[in-house]
Order: sequence, then structure tokens, then C-alpha cells
Amino acid sequence: MISAVISLGGIGLGAAVILGLAAKKFAVEVDPKEEAILEVLPGANCGACGFPGCGGFAKAVVAGEADPSACSPGGSSVTAKIAEIMGVEAASAEPMVAVVNCQGDNQKAQNKYKYLGIQTCASAQMLAGGPKACPGGCLGLGDCMVACPFGAIEITAEGLAVINREKCVGCKKCVSACPRNVITMVPKSATVSVLCNSHDKGPAVKKYCQVGCIGCTLCKKTAEEVYAIDNFLAHVTYDTYDHEKAKAGMEKCPTKCIRDFAEGYPEGSSFQP
Amino acid sequence: MELKTFRGGLHPPDNKKWSDKKAIEVCPLAEGDELVIHLSQHIGAPAEACVKKGDLVKKGQVIGTPKGFVSVPIHASTSGEVIAVEPRIASAGTMLPAVVIKADGEDAWDEGLVGGDPDTMTPDEIKDKIKDAGIVGMGGATFPTHVKLSPPEDKKIEYLILNGVECEPYLTADDRLMLEDPESIVEGILILKKVLGVDKAIIGIEANKPDAIETMTNACAGKGVEVGALKVQYPQGAEKQLIFALTGREVPSGGLPMDCGVVVQNVGTAAAVNDAVRKGIPLIERIATVSGAAIAEPKNLKIKIGQPLSKLVEFCGGIKGDLGKVIQGGPMMGMAAVSLDVPATRGTSGVLLFAEDQVLKEPEGPCVRCGNCVRACPAFIMPTEIATMARNSMFDEAEKLNAMDCIECGCCTYICPARIPLIQSLRQAKGAILAKRRKV
Repeated sequence: MISAVISLGGIGLGAAVILGLAAKKFAVEVDPKEEAILEVLPGANCGACGFPGCGGFAKAVVAGEADPSACSPGGSSVTAKIAEIMGVEAASAEPMVAVVNCQGDNQKAQNKYKYLGIQTCASAQMLAGGPKACPGGCLGLGDCMVACPFGAIEITAEGLAVINREKCVGCKKCVSACPRNVITMVPKSATVSVLCNSHDKGPAVKKYCQVGCIGCTLCKKTAEEVYAIDNFLAHVTYDTYDHEKAKAGMEKCPTKCIRDFAEGYPEGSSFQP
Repeated sequence: MELKTFRGGLHPPDNKKWSDKKAIEVCPLAEGDELVIHLSQHIGAPAEACVKKGDLVKKGQVIGTPKGFVSVPIHASTSGEVIAVEPRIASAGTMLPAVVIKADGEDAWDEGLVGGDPDTMTPDEIKDKIKDAGIVGMGGATFPTHVKLSPPEDKKIEYLILNGVECEPYLTADDRLMLEDPESIVEGILILKKVLGVDKAIIGIEANKPDAIETMTNACAGKGVEVGALKVQYPQGAEKQLIFALTGREVPSGGLPMDCGVVVQNVGTAAAVNDAVRKGIPLIERIATVSGAAIAEPKNLKIKIGQPLSKLVEFCGGIKGDLGKVIQGGPMMGMAAVSLDVPATRGTSGVLLFAEDQVLKEPEGPCVRCGNCVRACPAFIMPTEIATMARNSMFDEAEKLNAMDCIECGCCTYICPARIPLIQSLRQAKGAILAKRRKV
């Protein structure tokens, strides 16, 4: 009994001394600024900044390799705090949100075949370019929803991805997860977007989708500063965005493929503006 | 006698009785019928159209010239007018460049086609004839035959194996060809033997085709060609499995049959080679089985390349009941066709129409780790592991697990009790790995 206590106690004591010395000898110097920045970061480890997690970002900021405003989930408040820690002037960046440029759910858009395989967009896309007749439309199998670390994306009952503008922090994970490049990043303040991703000509679009852009140029004729047509597909030019003009162009759209998110999300979505 | 076979695999119901007693019939072509002839019907570089809208073409005339060594010319399947050279829908639902010919009903041959005597021709001359005739593997994979017949100098070929296995359920096209035209096959084999300079040739036939085994044995007597009866087991007709069954040799991982001294050709290819070399006839027709529960009258047809599947179905009495799915090729490895409007190609070994209630619609379940797919896999890989990697986009790991050894036979998916579409993940992994290799 006694011998057991002594021998185990001895081992414990010996290990404690070794560990104590090792902690002193191999101590890792951490910049206090780095720790302070890590404190104020959201801790989502989303990677939107381009660095491996929040720790990597904090390190890069201290090293002067990263822009303090690069943390999109944190937004301007976190940028301000980081700027304070670093003792620099905070540059405010326009917050961005992701938008699914499609409204063609299973009710409104045609499929060219019935897909029964693996239920991911990436797999479906590899079979003859996806079941959706439209080459650009949302497949609705939710690869973006899975990729979103913030739970900001839902798939409606009719198979359309919708992004909640309040929850979206602009990390762009969904943009790279989408095999059809339906999702784009837009400034959060500009609520009007063209929700179509088909560059096909009008008659072709009409064949497979009720809410597709037919490239009629009516929006551009109404508000030339806000809309541009690129290869039979309209898009909003956010550099010269003007809300009133954008709304005027939206009213003219014959297929209603332009939407103001301030007024409401696409049909079937549970999100409220 | 114990029948030869390979390791792994399984035995799905063969369903060949529906069409195996039906003699080959010619699928008719009327004046005014449109033939859509795709310029990419083979593995390798697509051919380039050498006719334009408004041109008059004759049957057998070249309408697409090959680009590169691994490519073959494309020929007009009948005489008529070229009414379009444009992308048309192909079986997989994608738009591919095609030449559309409106048949004039005369079906007149191009007079420039001449054959030769293989006994007086050199192997290279024969190979040129084969290439000019656009001969590709008729089993369905459509790999250019002249490429297979041109092994590098350092690879010594000892065996020529003829694939008459037809292990895919439903299909009876090769079976009928062996019964009705054994002479063409044997003549073709002798030509192939000469080109390759081999002594040994074996025809592999599954034991569920006793008539074909007997016919071929009689036809081969005294010609130096053996017939090997094989156990009924899927995928007995897969190249690597067939080589193992007949010779006991194994194709190394990542290698080709020529790496173990073997060249494999389909029996249909042998017959096509005979026509090409002796008569100069290009590959414009093939034999295809039209079968399945949703077709009124299953048949074996001689079809023209470019005929829409709907014509084939019409000739077989049309659709019976609720059509659920159309498969081009066999049920195990074939691809679903997006509609009946797509044209038949050089790889169309069968058109199978399945009823609505035969289509599996239940969702997949979780993997229960039963290991059935691993036991069934004739390539000795672990489908479930590779599928998991593929689903998580971990393609480097999939490559380490030998995903490239997959022959896409579909055994894993057939046997999976959880109905997991493993083969889709495996194909995805192979595609990603190949894309990565091309980039490097």
C-alpha cells in the first residue's frame, strides 16, 4: 500500500516537474493583439476572409497581411473593434449579401427529365447538365443550404433556394458550392435584383420557364443607369444603383423576373422582409 | 466440366427469353425519314463534318472526317439530302454536333467503296481499311478498333479474345449474330489474327447460349479458333474479367489488356471488320435488341445509325402500358435516354423500355455496412468507401482507394440493400480524377 502511494506519487511529481520545465522552455509567444482580435471575432471559422479560420485571420491582421474589414460575418462593428486594437482607422466596407438569381421552382420551370439519383446539386448537374431544362436555373437540391454555416438558406417546398438577407453575412460559401453559378454577391442596401440566370433567347426561355428573363430590354429602356443587358439576360448595375429608378424598371418587366427583396421573398419562402 | 469464370460479380435474372428466339429483322427506312447522325459516337476526338446543308450524299459516304489518331470517320447511313449540320439532342440529353440526312428512299450505295482480299493485304493496309470504315467496339463502349489493333512495339500480343459473352440481361443481339452469321465472325477473326500476328484466338460465350456455342464451335472447326464456354455470371463480358476467365491472366491496375498480352474484340466488331475489309462497307448499321416489359413485341433489329429510337419502338409494335424508363444499352451499364427522339448510335446495343412500376423510386437509405458491394465488386475495390469520399468531394482519397479501377459494371448498386446509387458516385469520382489528371 505504502509502496504504491510512494511510487505513483513519485511518478506524478516527476511528470509535474518535466511538464513545468517544458511549458517554460517551449512556450509559444502569442501577440496579445492577436488574442484580443480573436476575442472580438465571431468565431464561426467560416473562412470567408480567405484565411484558415478566425485564428488564422487574427494572425494575418497582426502581421499586416489581412485587411481588418475582411471579416464579413462580423460586419462593421467587428471591423471597428479590430481597428481599435490595431490602432488604425476603420475603413467601412459595404456589407454584401448572396442572392439566388432564379425564381423558377418546380411549378414555374420545366424539367427535361426526372432525376432519381443522389440528391445533391453537384451530382444532378453531372447527368446531362442537370434535370432542369433551363441551363442556369436553381436545381433546388440544397448544396448551398448545406454549405451555409449560418443557416441563412432554405429550400422551398417547390425546390428553390432562397437566401435570408438578414442572416446572410456574405461569406460566399454558397457561391462556390453552387454547380450552376446561380448565386451572386450584391450590396445589401440594393434590394432590387434580376432573378434569372438564363442567357438563352426569349422564345427558348419562355418554353421552359414562366419567370425567366427574355432579354426584352424594357427595364433598360426605363432605367438605363440601373440595368444592363448582357447576352439576352438583364442584370442590375450596382455601381450606379438608384432604388427609385430600379423600381421603375422592375414595374415594366413582363415576366416579373425582377424582384425587390424589401417587398418580399420569392413565392413559397418562409422568410419575411 | 467446370465452367470458367472470374471472381466477384453476381447473377441477375437474364430475361433473354423474350427475344433470343427472334431472328434479326431489318428496321425499315422510308423516303423522307430523318436520320440524325452524331459526329461523336466513339471514345476519342469527335469527327468534323465535311458536308454542308443541301449536299446530296450516298449511302456509305464519309460525312465526318476524324481528328487525331483516336478518332474515326462518320458515314452516311443512307442516301439523301443533308438538311442540317447543327447540334442535336443526344441520348444523355446534351446537344452534340450532328449531320441530319433526309432519306431519298433509294438507299443507293456510294460507288467509291471497294473491298480487298485480306490474304494479299499487309496488316497496315487492313488497319487503314478498318479505320476508314469507322469501326469501333460494338459491345457498346465504342472504342476505335484500329487503336486497339495498334499495340506499341514492346507489348507482345499472344491472345485474341472474342467477346460473345453478352452478359447484360435482356440483350440478345450478339447471340443472334452468332447464330445467323457465324461465317462473317470467323472470317473477321482470321483478319484480326493476321493484323495482330497472333496464333491463339478464343471466343468466350456464356453457357446460357448453348445454340451459339454449338454454332460457333462448328464454324470455327479447323480454323484455329477455340470456343470457351463460360459460367453465367455478370459481368462475365467485361474485358478484364473475360481475360481472367479465359486465360487466368490479370490486367494490372491502371493497365490495359495489352499489358498482359491480350486484345479483346466483340464478335460484332469481328463481323464488321470482315465487311469493312472484304467489301469496303463502313459501319452504318448494327444489330440492337429492343426489349423490356413496356414494348409490345421484343425484337432483334438491324438498325441504321441515326434512326430515332421512336422508329425502332414503332416497328416493335409500340409502347405497351405505362412507360417508365428507356435505357440505351443493357440494364446494368446502359444509360437512360431522355426521350425516344434521340437517335441510335454505333454503341446502341439495345433499347430497353421498362414499365413505370419497374422504376425504383424509393429514396436511398443509410449504408448498413453489410459489405455486399465489396464482395460483389469484380474489380476488388470498396465501392461504399469510394462513394463516401466522392460525396464529400475528397477525390484524392478516392483515387488512393483505387477508384480508377472501377469498370462501372453496376454490381455494387444492384446488390445494395440500402438502394444507394453507388455507381453514380463512382462515376463522379472517376470523372473528377480524370479531370484533375488532365490539368496536371
